[in-house]
Order: sequence, then structure tokens, then C-alpha cells
Amino acid sequence: MNGAGLRRFGLGLLPWIGAILLWYAVRWSGFVNVSLIPAPHQVAAKFFELLTKEGLLIDIFASTRRVFLGVALGILVAVPVGFLLGWYRPARTFADPMINFFRALPPIALIPLVIVYFGVDELAKLVILFYASFFSGVIVMYEGVSQITPLYIRVAQTLGANQAEIFRKVIIPLTVPHILTALRVALGVAWATLVASELIAAQRGLGAMIQNASTYFLLDVIYVGIICIGLIALIMDLILRKITARLLVWQDRAIA
Amino acid sequence: MNKRAQFDKVSLSFETPKGRLNVVEDVSYDINDGDFIAVIGPSGCGKTTMMSMLAGFQKPTTGNVLFDGRPVAGPGPERGVIFQEYGVFPWLTVKQNIAFGLTLNANHVPAAERDAICDHYLGLMGLSDFANSYPKHLSGGMRQRLAIARAYAVKPQFLLMDEPFGALDAQTRSNMQNLLLKVLQTEGKTVMLITHSVEEAIYLASRIVVVTARPARIKEIIDVPFTYPRDESIQERPEFAELRSHIRQLVMDEYRAQQAQLRPVSFSE
Ligand SMILES: Nc1ncnc2c1ncn2[C@@H]1O[C@H](COP(=O)(O)OP(=O)(O)OP(=O)(O)O)[C@@H](O)[C@H]1O
Ligand SMILES: [Mg+2]
Repeated sequence: MNGAGLRRFGLGLLPWIGAILLWYAVRWSGFVNVSLIPAPHQVAAKFFELLTKEGLLIDIFASTRRVFLGVALGILVAVPVGFLLGWYRPARTFADPMINFFRALPPIALIPLVIVYFGVDELAKLVILFYASFFSGVIVMYEGVSQITPLYIRVAQTLGANQAEIFRKVIIPLTVPHILTALRVALGVAWATLVASELIAAQRGLGAMIQNASTYFLLDVIYVGIICIGLIALIMDLILRKITARLLVWQDRAIA
Repeated sequence: MNKRAQFDKVSLSFETPKGRLNVVEDVSYDINDGDFIAVIGPSGCGKTTMMSMLAGFQKPTTGNVLFDGRPVAGPGPERGVIFQEYGVFPWLTVKQNIAFGLTLNANHVPAAERDAICDHYLGLMGLSDFANSYPKHLSGGMRQRLAIARAYAVKPQFLLMDEPFGALDAQTRSNMQNLLLKVLQTEGKTVMLITHSVEEAIYLASRIVVVTARPARIKEIIDVPFTYPRDESIQERPEFAELRSHIRQLVMDEYRAQQAQLRPVSFSE
């Protein structure tokens, strides 16, 4: 790592150290009952205990897999649908109110219905995550696609491009940034929805772990679960950002 | 002489929230094979709109725009366009931008020849050092040259150029003008060029169409009395100066007319 890299890393680390210090400070200030706030080192100890004895990795894997599948399926459908809505104005006028209606519904409110129709298995959780990813992704896609300027298509036409060439060589490259943004937004929403989806009688998963811990008032486990969700979401976002930077070197960004 | 393009009593109006906006009104003129038409007129009068009907992006409200005797149905590679906004593809490098047209089925350029063509135009436009850069790293003038290179590369017989040299400094501009004259000499194209520069119009064109303030009507069509090949020495000739002051007068009148049109609006708003 070079000097600038080290400094950026340090700068990124600083707020975390600050947060931990604040955590200790709140605990020792006496304003809050100490038994309600496990100390950071206790949470860390719990983390290793869960990791080695209780199979925390299995929970992490179960949750990550659900989010991954839900987002992948959601975006797979959101990309063509969002594209059509963005591209054809009539389709948009037609579907816009509908999409906004469903998007406004919090996925958690749908859980009882999902249980009725899809049972309490893996499928039910997937449906919830799919729902959340699809509706957040489709909006990003169609907002983005509808803002593609016709200039580039006109240029391609005057150079002799046919419909297929325009689609392949102009529209796809212009759509990629919006697909990536949709993915990022959907990932965020999906992690947020995960706990809700795992409320449906899940045995494993970070949401289930938090859920079970709350029944027995195991605050340290709850903390471990929350921090794990945050960390994994953060790592996924970082990876996606790296991919985005690689794919979109051509983009003119205000911040490098 | 062979008529390539014809504007036949062409009018065009846009439907806007404030009502119908007449942009082009009763315009008729022919562009013959080998002609170099320059269109000059005040900003916002409808020059780009006029050109885009010939390019195939806009249909006249009344009248006909013909190309090779047939009404223009849409854009096509036989009519190369250099857009006022350049339209360089930001996701492609400079070289890939130039190669874009060459890779399209319609142009039948064998893959083996593409590289040489790209390099040729990169050199011609002074972009060789930036072959692998993305457009975000180019200056406005360089983007404009890139748009020109990309249009030239597919060798259209008919070139529609919308203020192609507007963003260039005086020296580069004059290089580009001379280059265009050279390309025309060797490849024999027909050109319609929109410009705000009276000197550029006289130096390059065989005929100058002066249009009025919006709606664009034909104010005067002027034959330029110089033969091709031309070089910069014609700019020293007395005919050049005469023509220049005549056209300047016409343009100035239209500019004033436009200002007079605008003033009441800007007061009421
Ligand atoms: N699609 C459109 N809908 C409504 N009005 C339009 C449209 N396109 C152009 N106009 C209007 O038509 C008029 C002429 O525009 P145009 O672009 O042809 O001008 P121009 O002569 O090329 O100007 P400039 O020299 O500044 O490029 C302008 O007032 C513009 O606002
Ligand atoms: Mg214009």
C-alpha cells in the first residue's frame, strides 16, 4: 500500500474507532443501565464464540445466499421491465401508478399473505426479497433509461447502424450504469428486508438469529447479528463499487 | 446537373405548450451534386431544424424534402451528419469512436482495413496521442475534431455539418477548413454546412443560403464566384471583401429583426 492509500484507509477507519469509543463512553457514563449495553469487547467475544461453537458462518451463509438470490432474481426481471417502461412512454404511463403502488407497500406488511400463499419455507423468504429488490430496481432502471438522450442513437443512425446494432452498441452500453445502480439500490433494500423475511420461521440466518436472541434477551447476540448484517452489506457494496469503477472508467464523475 | 437534395416549399412548425411555433417557412432550394451549400442566419432561427429534415430526423409539416428524388424517410449512412453537440460516444475511446461506423454492416469495411483508416483520421485530426483516451479527457475542440473524424471515416457522399468548427481556435479552424477542402477535392462530396462565420461561408461554399430570423425563410441565395481548388489567398481578393460586407449586412438585418421580436417578450416575462 502506498502513502495515499494508507491515509485513505486510516481516514476510513477513524469513524469506526470513534463509534467504538462512543459505545464505551455511553456504557460508562451511567445514563443507561449497563446490563442493556454489552461492551464492544463482550460482543467481540460473543462473535468468536458464535463463530466457533454455534456455526455463525452457517447463518451468514444462509442470509447472504437469500439476499444474493433475491437480488439476482429481482434485478433479472427488473432490468427488462424497467427498460421497457423507460423506453416506451406509453408503457410507462400505463404501469407507473401500479408500480408506485406496490413499491410503497413495506414488504413486512406482506408477510402474512406470503405465508398464506407460499408457506414458511425458503420460497417465502425469497419471494419477499424478490419483491423488495424488484420494485427498488425497476424504478432506478426506468428513471435511468428514460433519461438516455436520443443524440447518440441519432449519431449511430447517421453512421448506418441498424436497429440491432443500435441496441447492441449504443443502448446496452448506456444502460449498464443504470443496471449497476439498480443492483446497488436493490442490495441495500434487500439487506434491510432480510430480517423481515427471516421472521417467517427461519431456522438459520442472521435475521433468525436476531429474532431468536430477542426471545431470550441475549443482547450480545443481537449486537453480533446486527454488526454482521452491516458488515456484509458493506462488503458487498464495496465489491459492487469496484466492479462499477472497472466497468465505467469512461464515466465523467465529479469525485474520482 | 444532378439534383442530390431538394427543399420543395418546405415548412415546419412545432407544437409547443404556448401554441404552434413556426420554425421553417416556405423554403425551396436545390442542392446539386458537388455543391457546397453554406447556411447562415441568426441563432435560433431554424437552421438545425432545416438540416435535420434532410438528415431524416424531422418531417416537414408541409412541402417535401427529397434526397436523390425520393422523400427523405429517415437517417442513413449516405448522409453523414456532424452534430452541433458532437455526440461523441463517451463509453468508447477516441479510436473506437472513429471505428464505430466502420464496424457497422451497412458500410462493408473489411476488418483488416479498419485499423489503417482509424490511424489515418487520428493523424489527420491531430488525435493520435489520444487514440486510447476516453472523451472525458478531451477538450471541446478535440471532441469536435473527433466527431468530424468519425463522420469522415465512413466516407459519406453527402455531408451535413452543423457548425462543425465552432469550438475551435482560429488556427485549428483554418486547418480544418483547408482539410475539408482537400477531402472534397479528392473524394468529391456534396456538403451542407451551417455556420455563423461569414468568412467561413465564403471561403468554403459554392452557394450561400442566408435565412431570416425565425421562422427561417430564404432571405437570399448567393453564388460564390470563386472556383475550386481554393486557398487562403482568395480572402485577400476584393470580391471576397465585397461579398463579406454584403452578407454581413443581410445577417445583421436579420439579427436586428430577431432582437426586435424578442424584446417585447422579455419585457412581459
Ligand atoms: N423539437 C422541438 N420542439 C419544439 N421547438 C423546437 C424543437 N426543436 C427546435 N425548436 C425550436 O425551433 C427553433 C429553431 O431551432 P434550431 O435548433 O433549428 O435553431 P438554429 O438556427 O440551429 O440555432 P443555433 O444557431 O443557435 O444552433 C428554436 O426556437 C427552438 O427552440
Ligand atoms: Mg443549430
